Amino acid sequence: MNKETKAILVDPLHLKNPITLHVLGICSALAVTTKMETAVVMSLALTFVLVLSNISISLLRNKIPGSIRIITQLAIIASLVIVADQVMKAYLFDVSKQLSVFVGLIITNCIVMGRAEAFAMANPPLKSAIDGFANSMGYAIVLLLVGFFRELLGSGTIFGITIMESVNNGGWYFPNGLMVLAPGAFFLIGLMIWLQRTLTPEMQEEEN
Amino acid sequence: MEFSNKYIVCFALALCLICSATVSSLAVVLKDKQEANKLLYKQMNVLRVAQLIETGEEPNPEKVARIFEDIEVLTFDQATGNPVEIRNVWKFNPLKISKTDEGGVDASDPRAKRVAIKRMPKTLLAYRVKTAGKECLVLPIYGNGLWSLLLGFLAIEPDTSKVVGITFYEHLETPGLGGEIENPNWKALWPGKLCFDEDGNPAVEVVKYGAVKNLATQVDGISGATITSKAVGNLVQLWLGDTGYGPFLRQQREAQR
Amino acid sequence: MELINLALKAIFVENIVLAFFLGMCSFLAVSKKVDTAMGLGLAVTFVLAITTPLNNLVFHYLLKEGALTWMLGDTAQDMDLSFLGFIAYIATIAAMVQIVEMVVEKFSPALYAALGVFLPLIAVNCAILGSSLFMVQREYDLVESTVYGIGSGIGFWMAIVALAAIREKLKYSNVPPGLRGLGITFITTGLMAMGFMIFAGIQL
Repeated sequence: MNKETKAILVDPLHLKNPITLHVLGICSALAVTTKMETAVVMSLALTFVLVLSNISISLLRNKIPGSIRIITQLAIIASLVIVADQVMKAYLFDVSKQLSVFVGLIITNCIVMGRAEAFAMANPPLKSAIDGFANSMGYAIVLLLVGFFRELLGSGTIFGITIMESVNNGGWYFPNGLMVLAPGAFFLIGLMIWLQRTLTPEMQEEEN
Repeated sequence: MEFSNKYIVCFALALCLICSATVSSLAVVLKDKQEANKLLYKQMNVLRVAQLIETGEEPNPEKVARIFEDIEVLTFDQATGNPVEIRNVWKFNPLKISKTDEGGVDASDPRAKRVAIKRMPKTLLAYRVKTAGKECLVLPIYGNGLWSLLLGFLAIEPDTSKVVGITFYEHLETPGLGGEIENPNWKALWPGKLCFDEDGNPAVEVVKYGAVKNLATQVDGISGATITSKAVGNLVQLWLGDTGYGPFLRQQREAQR
Repeated sequence: MELINLALKAIFVENIVLAFFLGMCSFLAVSKKVDTAMGLGLAVTFVLAITTPLNNLVFHYLLKEGALTWMLGDTAQDMDLSFLGFIAYIATIAAMVQIVEMVVEKFSPALYAALGVFLPLIAVNCAILGSSLFMVQREYDLVESTVYGIGSGIGFWMAIVALAAIREKLKYSNVPPGLRGLGITFITTGLMAMGFMIFAGIQL
C-alpha cells in the first residue's frame, strides 16, 4: 500500500474524522445512538451508501454537467438510500422500524454529499471507494462509541444484553436517564472532542 | 468543462431513467418479502399479548401461521357490535379509516383528548383466540404518549372480566423512561386486573408510581415516565369505553351468560 | 386551537434541532454570529413553510397507496409508490430551493442579499427533509403540515439565534484549549437541549 492510499484510509478515522473535525453528519449520529444495535445498522447503511455513491459519482465525474451537479449527486444518493431502505425493510425489519425516518436522512447526511463533492468529483473510482469506506469507518467509530456509552449508562445493556441489571428489572443499577435523552448525546460528543483534541493538540481551534 | 444544453437535458433524463428503473425493480422484487414481514410482525404481536408464544421467541412464519388457524378475526360495527364484512382484514386499519368522513366520528369521550385522539373509527377489529386454555379477545389499541403514537394490543378474558395482557409494538417514547412500557416486568403487572366495575364502566387504571391502593384494578405507573404511564391508562380506558370496544364487549359478555 | 397546539409543539416541545437533532450541521457551522444565524434561520423557516406542504401534496396525490386514482381511475387503486418517497421529497426540495432563489433574486434584492448565500446550503439541510418525512409519518393534512413546517422553522430559527448569542459571549471566556470551538459548542447545545426539555408533555 503506498503512502497516499494509506493516508486516504487512515486520516478519516482520527485526524480528519468527519464528525469530530468537520462536523458533518451529526444529525443521524446523535439520533440513532441510544442503542448499539441501531448504531451498527446505521453505520452499515451509511457505509453502503457512501462507498457506492463515491464510486458512481467518480465514474461519472467527467460526464456530469456542472450546472446540475448537485441535483445529480442528490439523485444518485437518494436512489442508493432507497435501495438500502428497501433491503432493510425486507431483511432487517425490526431494526428498520427503530431507525424510522433516519434512514431517509442519510440522503442529507453531509458526509455523503461532502465526500461526493470534495473527493469523488476529482478522483478515480478506486480511490473514491477507499475514501468512502474510510470516512464511513470514521463515522462508525464515533457512532459506536457514543452508542456504547449511551446504552451502557442509559439502560445498563450492550446490544440488548444486560451488563448492569437495572432497578426496573430488580437489579442494582439506576439507569442514567440523561444518557438516553438528547442532551446526553451532545455532552458525550463534546467530551469526546475534548479528549481527542487534548491528546492531539494540532487539532485545537484558536477561537471559541 | 462546457456542455451543450441538449447534453444536459439528455443526461438528466438518462439519470432519471436509470435511477427510477433500479429503485422500482428492487421495490417490486422485495415487495412480497416486505409485506410478509409486516404481516408476520403484526401476527407475532397478537400472539405475544395472548401469551401463545414465549416473549423472547423468534418469529417463525410457519408456526405463526399454524397458531393463527385457531384465531378468528372479527370486524364489527362500533356502535352496535354487529359483524361487518371487510375486503382484506389484514389491510384494515381503524386509525386510518377513522380520519375519513364516512369511516369515523369525532371523539366524544373526554379521555380521547388526553391521548390526543380526534376521531374514533366506526368499524373495529378484534381477534378471538380459541386455543384450548388460552381463550381470549385481543383488541388493537392506540393513543398518543409523550412523544409519539403508541400502537398496541390489549388481551382480555372471553367473558371480558379480566385483563390477560398488554403490549405496545410501536412507539417512539424515550428508551429507559417511557420506553419501559415495553418492559416485560411492567407488562406483568397487567394480567388479572378487572376490566370493568359493577356498572360496566372501565375500571382498570394506571396510577402514579408507588401509589397503588386497590390491587384489583390499579396498575403501578412507571417511575420517571408519568406522562407515558398516564397516557397508557387513559387509552386503555378510552378503548374499553362506550366509544371504543364497549358495545362489542357488552355483547360478548351477554353471549357468555 | 389544535393548530396552535401543533405549532407550539413543533417550536418548543419537539424542537427539530434540540429534540430530534436535525439540521445539526448548519446549526453548528453557521452559529458563530447572530447576524448570519438570523439569516439562516429566516431562510430555513421560509423554505420549510413552502416545502412541507408541497411534499404533503406530492405524497397525497402521487405516492400514497391508491393516490393516483384521480389521474388513472380505479386501475390505480392498489398502486403504492411510497417507496419513491425519499427521492421525490429531495427532488421537490432541491427544485423549490432553486426556484425560491431565482424568484427572490429577481423580485427582492434586499431579501436576496440577506438569504442568498444560505439558500444553496439549505437543500441538504436535514431539517428540511426531516420535516417532510415526519409530516408523512404522522399523517398530517395540508393545513397541519403548513403549520408544522412553519413551526419547525421557527423552532430552528430560535435555537440557532440563541446558540449564536451564547457563542458570541463565549468569546470572552477562558475555555480549556481542547474544548475550544466545536467541543464547547456541543456542550452548550446539550445544555440548551436540557433547557428545552422542560416543555416536554405540554398540551393545550
